[in-house]
Order: sequence, then structure tokens, then C-alpha cells
Amino acid sequence: MSEIIVEKLRHVYSAGTPFEVAAIEDIDLVIPQGQLVGIIGHTGSGKSTFIQHMNALLAPSAGKVCCGGQDINESKISRRDVKHQVGLVFQYPEYQLFEETVYKDIAFGPKNMKLSEEEIDQRVREAAGFVGVEEELFEKSPLELSGGQKRRIAIAGVIAMRPGVLILDEPTAGLDPAGCRQILDNICAYREKTGATVIIVSHNMDDVARIAERIIVFSHGRVVMDGSAGEVFSRAQELIDIGLDVPHATALALALRKQGLQLPEGIYTHEQLLSAILEIRGAAVC
Amino acid sequence: MSIIKFENVHYTYPGDQMESLCGVSLAIEEGSFVAVLGHNGSGKSTLAKHMNAILVPTEGKVTVCGIDSADEERLIELRRNVGMVFQNPDNQIVANVVEDDVAFAPENLGVEPREIRRRVDEALKQVGMYDKRQHAPHLLSGGQKQRVAIAGVIAMEPKIIVLDEPTAMLDPIGREEVISTVTRLCREKGMTVVLITHHMDECVGADRLIVMSNGSIVADGVPAEVFANIELMEREGLTVPETTRLLYDLKQRGMDLPLTALDVDACAKEIVKQLRG
Amino acid sequence: MLKDITLGQFFPGDTIAHRLDPRTKLLLVVLFIVALFQARGWVAYGVLTLTVAACMTVSHISARNIFKGLKPMIFILALTGVLNIFYTGGTPILPGWIITWEGIARAIQMVLRIVLLITGTFLLTYTTSPIALTDGLELLLNPLKKLRFPVHEMTIMMSMALRFIPTLIEETDKIMSAQKARGADFETGSLMDRAKALLPVLVPLFVSAFRRADELAVAMESRCYHGGEGRTRMKQLILKGRDYIALALGILLLAGIIYLKKWGL
Repeated sequence: MSEIIVEKLRHVYSAGTPFEVAAIEDIDLVIPQGQLVGIIGHTGSGKSTFIQHMNALLAPSAGKVCCGGQDINESKISRRDVKHQVGLVFQYPEYQLFEETVYKDIAFGPKNMKLSEEEIDQRVREAAGFVGVEEELFEKSPLELSGGQKRRIAIAGVIAMRPGVLILDEPTAGLDPAGCRQILDNICAYREKTGATVIIVSHNMDDVARIAERIIVFSHGRVVMDGSAGEVFSRAQELIDIGLDVPHATALALALRKQGLQLPEGIYTHEQLLSAILEIRGAAVC
Repeated sequence: MSIIKFENVHYTYPGDQMESLCGVSLAIEEGSFVAVLGHNGSGKSTLAKHMNAILVPTEGKVTVCGIDSADEERLIELRRNVGMVFQNPDNQIVANVVEDDVAFAPENLGVEPREIRRRVDEALKQVGMYDKRQHAPHLLSGGQKQRVAIAGVIAMEPKIIVLDEPTAMLDPIGREEVISTVTRLCREKGMTVVLITHHMDECVGADRLIVMSNGSIVADGVPAEVFANIELMEREGLTVPETTRLLYDLKQRGMDLPLTALDVDACAKEIVKQLRG
Repeated sequence: MLKDITLGQFFPGDTIAHRLDPRTKLLLVVLFIVALFQARGWVAYGVLTLTVAACMTVSHISARNIFKGLKPMIFILALTGVLNIFYTGGTPILPGWIITWEGIARAIQMVLRIVLLITGTFLLTYTTSPIALTDGLELLLNPLKKLRFPVHEMTIMMSMALRFIPTLIEETDKIMSAQKARGADFETGSLMDRAKALLPVLVPLFVSAFRRADELAVAMESRCYHGGEGRTRMKQLILKGRDYIALALGILLLAGIIYLKKWGL
């Protein structure tokens, strides 16, 4: 089990110099196994710093991160093991592809875990399957492929480690709408099949609203909201005030309410908005 | 007068079998704001690169400000009239100091030093980066870097500014900064703006929206009308604004609504009007 | 962290040393180095040390900053000192000892020479922005253009390199984190293992550097770059009164040192 418990987490950059800044402060969170969490916040809100604590790439200045009941910063070994348990996909992950072939690149992670050849082979094929990379591509150089394909191969490289927790920083940045949808579908499929926890950091509110069970909002290094999509987006005006977008449907619902239409709170998808308006029309007709 | 003219332009990248542009004809009016939308590999970037002769057609003809893009004698003259801004802000800034970077193009053109100074200050003020003129570019945010890149091209005093996915690598705040800056350049300074993008939100304020697919233009018109053709947009793997989608779905369910209210407030007004009957 | 390395090490300021034309400062450093290699006796070293100290005061560069810069050179300094102590013949300080009075003197002088050499060049880079430095260099080397030496190309390459160093350092950091997240280990194992472990960092870094170079070339062409011909500069370098005075002082210093050498001082 990989329940994540974060206690009083704080991280300070350039400690002891005049440039000292607290990137994150007072973070207390429990993320149960299997949850699909969306993290939103503007650039510099501390969300990137936060996710790099989840697999011990950064060490806390204060506080604690536990994964599966174990303090991940306890020892050198725990810091290494957590990297196998918590997979982190950085922004623009395609820029880290380096092997001559797609197959070898996906195998890099499992190889570092010192798995047997058969085990590695099995994991590479499975991971490629999750992201829809056909086996014909295995012997190609990753550099020859399209942007969307490269991105999916890079994600497969992390999935191949079979992490119980998969964290992705802006997985859809720079892709066209079709590319975005495909990546998100792949990620959701991985979670459904393996029961892994998935944490997605994104600027795209519509994506987050559509797939996340729980949304955590960062601002100035702190968690300012934490709840279901309905709960978070019912505070649309607050989100706008801290400089964040809201889903398009929420923005439109806000405008309709300003025009005096009695819409319910917490609308965040097109379907919700559509049925809410139709309901009002229905009531008016009757 | 059309300032950019494509006449049956074909282009194939060296070593490729497939054509990236298959017979594009297009005329862009001076002073207009044109958005070009399309999925990855639709040929929209290739189209942009023809506008300042980074690429020249394998067949057909491109004329910009009356200059044939294949005329190598007049290459510099053409390029000084077309400012190009690219996707990755880091890879188009050449100097270690903001103002030195903005000076790069006029320096290349051999402009007199005092005039360069004037243009640099003016350009930085127009994009709202004058206060940061002494800063090192790598310490700026993505949106700020992209504004410096815009200042760098407007210091050439071009008639046209072409932006090739300038917001793809930016966060929402940076995107807003860039789009509002170019919109202002078009509306206040009368510059012709061509914006290549795959964010439909950014096309809402344009005068004209062109949709590209597989190297051809598949839709061309006022944004509201183009978006109203939801079937086509979906076939092209593109999304349409929530406003258009909602109006469309409500219309399908028997409400009498125009599909042309793109703006959120205008859309809300139409719906409320309908409901109140 | 790689980010903490100071590169270019320019300290912005507004002292007379900062305001001098970069060409003047480059020439002064050359004069200073020539003088340094002409110095023989204690008097000459004394004069040069005082000159450097005066320049440091004028340009508000503290001794601590200089020491920081010298740190990586400590090994070379120590080696120079030790070698000179042991390998210079003369009168032993104690009968039978290998260490001689001449050896000690020579060791001090040699170490002092290197320290002064480094300090002199630091004073240049600390008070001159990289851009000004490359501009100055281009103008100074201009006469070489007649010999078809690619002065402009060389200096523009230098300034591009300086521009991209911070970007590439940041990128290296990112790629390293990403590979660490995939279980790469950069800290343990033999030297060979560690060198191998760097491959997953170096390959993407090179790929990205080439991509950047490609995009940069297109962006530069789009901004009408066509080589150095017919180019003007926004910030023109003009030699002012203070530059001539500084140069005169530099020449005077060199003449003085050569004069002292004649007298064996």
C-alpha cells in the first residue's frame, strides 16, 4: 500500500543566505491509495517543489513525508526505494529520452531497479501497452518520433517501474487537444488497471475538472483549498482572485448567474451546465 | 490591399514524401488579426515559415508587402517587414541583457545608434518591459521572455508580426500577457498579426480564423462562424469554445439561439433572453 | 547544486573601474601582465601589489571576493610554492638542509606572481559585463579582419555561449532530477560507473543544445542577421579622458617596472 502522509512540510531555498525563501510551508495532507488528485496553482505557487518531495528528490527543511507508513527520508535506502514506489514524470519529459531505441529507453527505469531480464521485458511491453505505443516502434530511435509519441514513451519509462503512486507535472503541456486527451486517457487507464494513486499537476482546469476526484489548490506555498471538483469550483471567484483559471463551464455559469439566472453552485463540466439550464427551462415551461 | 498573398503554394520538406502544404491560396488584409488553428502536423507552422521566407514554396508563389519571397536580392527587405516570434522563448533571445537583445535586429539592419536607442525604448514600453530593460533574460518568467521577443521584432518596425505558437510553453498568466500584447499592437498600432495556435481561446478576439488540416485550409471566416461548424472542428481533433458548444447543444434541444455569441457575457445574455422569452 | 556556480562573475557597480571603456581595461590587463613578467626584485613586486590593492579599492572589490575566486587555484599555488622551495639552489637556511633562502624567496615571488595575475584578470571580469567584454574584444581585434580573421564571428559566438550557459545549467539540473526519478544513481560506484551514469544526462543535453542552436539560427535570420557586415551598435564605445589617463598610468607602470629591472630591484 502506498498511502502518502505529509506532515508539517516546509521547504526553504537558499537557506542561510539573504535570498532565503520558503517555497512551501505548513503542508499537511493525506492521500489515500488509489485516489486521482489534481494539483493546481500558478507558477511559483510551490506545487513543483511539493511534488519533488514525494519521491525524495528534495529533502524537507522541516516536516515529514511518509509513503506506505515509512518515512521516505529516513535513510539512503529509503530515499532510493521511494523512487521505485513513487514515479515522477517531469514537465516536457520527452527531453530526457536518451537511448538509441524506444525499447531501451523504457527499460532504463526497471534496469536501474536491478530486475531480471524477463521481468524488464515484461514491464516494458506492459508499459508501452498502457500508453498505446505499438511494438513496431520498439527498435526505432525515440528522436525520430512525433512530439506526442515521444511524450508517451517518456511516460511509459516511468510506468515501467510500476509505481504505486504516479505523479505527472503538466503532462499535456504543449500538445494539441487530441494529444492531450489521449495522454489523459492513458493515465486514467493505468490507474484503473493497477489501482495506483495518480497525482496530476496542471494548468488546464477543464482537464482537472473532468478527471480528478480531488483537487488541491496551492497558492504562495500553502494549500488554500482541498476538496472535490464541485467543492473547489463552487469557490470560482476566489480562484479567479488568486490568479487562476476556472473551467470554461464554470466561467460561463458565473456569467449566467450574474445575469440573474438561478444556477446551482459548483458547476464545472459542460454536461452539468447544459442540464442545469435545461432544468430551468423545463421549470419555466411547466 | 492584401499584405500577404499565397498563390497555390505547395511545400515538401527535403527528404519527405508527403507534402506539408498542398496548394494553399490565401490573402491577408493589412492591419487585420488572423488566427490559424490546426492540430499538430496540420501544416500551420510551415505556413508561418513561408511568411518571412525561412521556407520558400516548392511550387506556387508567396508575396509579402509586394516582395516575392523567392527573390533573394530582397530577402532582408522582406524580413524587416515581418517580425517572427517562435514557440520557445529561450531559443530566440540572443543577448544577456534585455535591452541588448531588443537592439539586435536594428543593429543588424545598420540603423544609426541613437535611432536604435529610441526604437528599443519604444518597443520595450509597448510590451510593458521597459522597467526590466537591464535584466538578464534567463531570470524572467516565460510570459516576460516572450514579450521581450515581441519587443525584439517590433524594434525592426515591421508591418506584420507572425507568432508561431507563442503560448504553447506558457502558463495561463503568461498566455494572457502575450495575447493581450499582440491584440493591442494590432488594434492600436495597426500592425497585421498572424497568430498560429492550438488554443481555441486565443482565436476568439481575432478578425479571421483559418483552420488547417493536412496541409490545406479547411475553414476560413469570422471566428464565431467557423466555430459554429462544430462537426468540422471535432473532425479535425479541435475543441470549440464552451460558449459555442453550449449554444449549439441548447439549440439542438429546441432553444432558438444564435451560434455567434463567442464572448462569455454575450453568450450568457442570449441564453437569459431566451429563457425569459 | 550546479546553479550556485558563479559564472561570468560580473559584479554590477558604478565605480570609475566599471565606467572605463572595456578596451581600456583589456589593454591595462595586458600591460599589467607584461609588467608582472618583467618584475625581478622585491621593489617591483611591492609596486605591483600596491597597484592591485589600489585598483581593488577603486572598484569596490573586497579581498574576500578575490579569495573566493582563488580557492580553486589553491592546489596549483601550493605546488608552485613547494617546487620552488625544494628545487632552488643557494644557501641552506640550516647547514645540511635542502631548503635554501633563495628557494623561499623564489617561492614567495612565484606564488605572488600567480596571485597577482589572477587578481588582475578578476578585476577585469568583476567590473566588466560579458557583453561589454566581447564588444571591446571585437573592436580591439578589428584590425585582424584585414587578415581575414573572423573577429565578428568569434566574438558573437562568445557572447552566445555566455547567454546560454545559465539556460543549459538549468536544463542539466532538470534532466538530472528526471533521471534520478527513474532510479539513476550519480553518486555511488567506481569512477567508470559514474562516468557511464552521466550518459543519460549528456545525451539529452546535447540533443537539446543542437535543437536550441537550430531554432536560434532561424530566429536570428528572422531578425535580419547576416553577419557582421553593415552592422551598427546601440551602445557605442567611445574612449574618454579617463580612458587615456588610465592607459597612460598603465604604460607608466610598465616603464617603471622595466626601469627597476635594470637596477635589479
